[in-house]
Amino acid sequence: MTTETTMQRKTDSEVTQTEPTRSGRQYRPNVDIIEQPGHLLIRADMAGVRGDQIDVRFENGTLTIFGPAAQRQQQNTEYLLCEYGVGDFYRTFRVSEAIDAQQITAAYQHGVLTLHLPKVPAVQPRKIAVKAG
Amino acid sequence: MTIRVFNPLVPATRLRGEMDRLFSDLAANLPWPGWLAETGASAFPALNVWEDEQCLYAEAELPGMQMDDLELLVVGNELTIKGERKAGEEDEAVYHRRERGVGAFSRVVRLPVEIDANKVEARLQDGVLTVKLPKAEAARPRKIEVKCVTK
Repeated sequence: MTTETTMQRKTDSEVTQTEPTRSGRQYRPNVDIIEQPGHLLIRADMAGVRGDQIDVRFENGTLTIFGPAAQRQQQNTEYLLCEYGVGDFYRTFRVSEAIDAQQITAAYQHGVLTLHLPKVPAVQPRKIAVKAG
Repeated sequence: MTIRVFNPLVPATRLRGEMDRLFSDLAANLPWPGWLAETGASAFPALNVWEDEQCLYAEAELPGMQMDDLELLVVGNELTIKGERKAGEEDEAVYHRRERGVGAFSRVVRLPVEIDANKVEARLQDGVLTVKLPKAEAARPRKIEVKCVTK
């Protein structure tokens, strides 16, 4: 038998996470993250979002994408078949590669957000001459 | 606390009745629309279907697709959605995540009423497909005038 203690381990849910301040449901968009020489390419499925309302941020190596999706039917619609819910899309990523934040571009077409994150050009190796005195 | 003892003589129908009740209770208390679908994989694309007096409406999220990639068929009371999402082709690419599904799909849904196939309208905007399916004349609710015959 194990002894019960008053100390409890912190569960995952107690670890500090970004919390939404908007009500309503949030969905994690499905993404492809593709690395190519010189840049990272991210594609996110975000159907039914208005392109001009998508918020993309890159701060301290964290990339955040947020796409607000309005309800498309009235609140009291009675569904004959209801297989998915509609809500805002939100997801954050830690990007370990050095990214040139000024050069990030984003485009939204046919319900897919495409992000282009150019890497910082690799620091050139430099030979330091030692003067013998 | 009640303890139920398994009795092999209980007819299977009772078990079925209990299962039905369990599921209908569950469906009645869904925390949000679509919850059941989110808990497990199902047919693609996922659909929401609703109706008004004149039409049925079907909606699906198909990001990255255009009308040319889709084929819609309506026969009687069956709606078929076919299509293909093509994979992006990149050179020297290393995939760190690959969550977006690609490939061909086909789904047939049986609708509760006959559809007037000639008047079906479909719209695809920002990856959301909306299909308007007008009910066949015979399936629409009709208001019947009651004549009062006075002598």
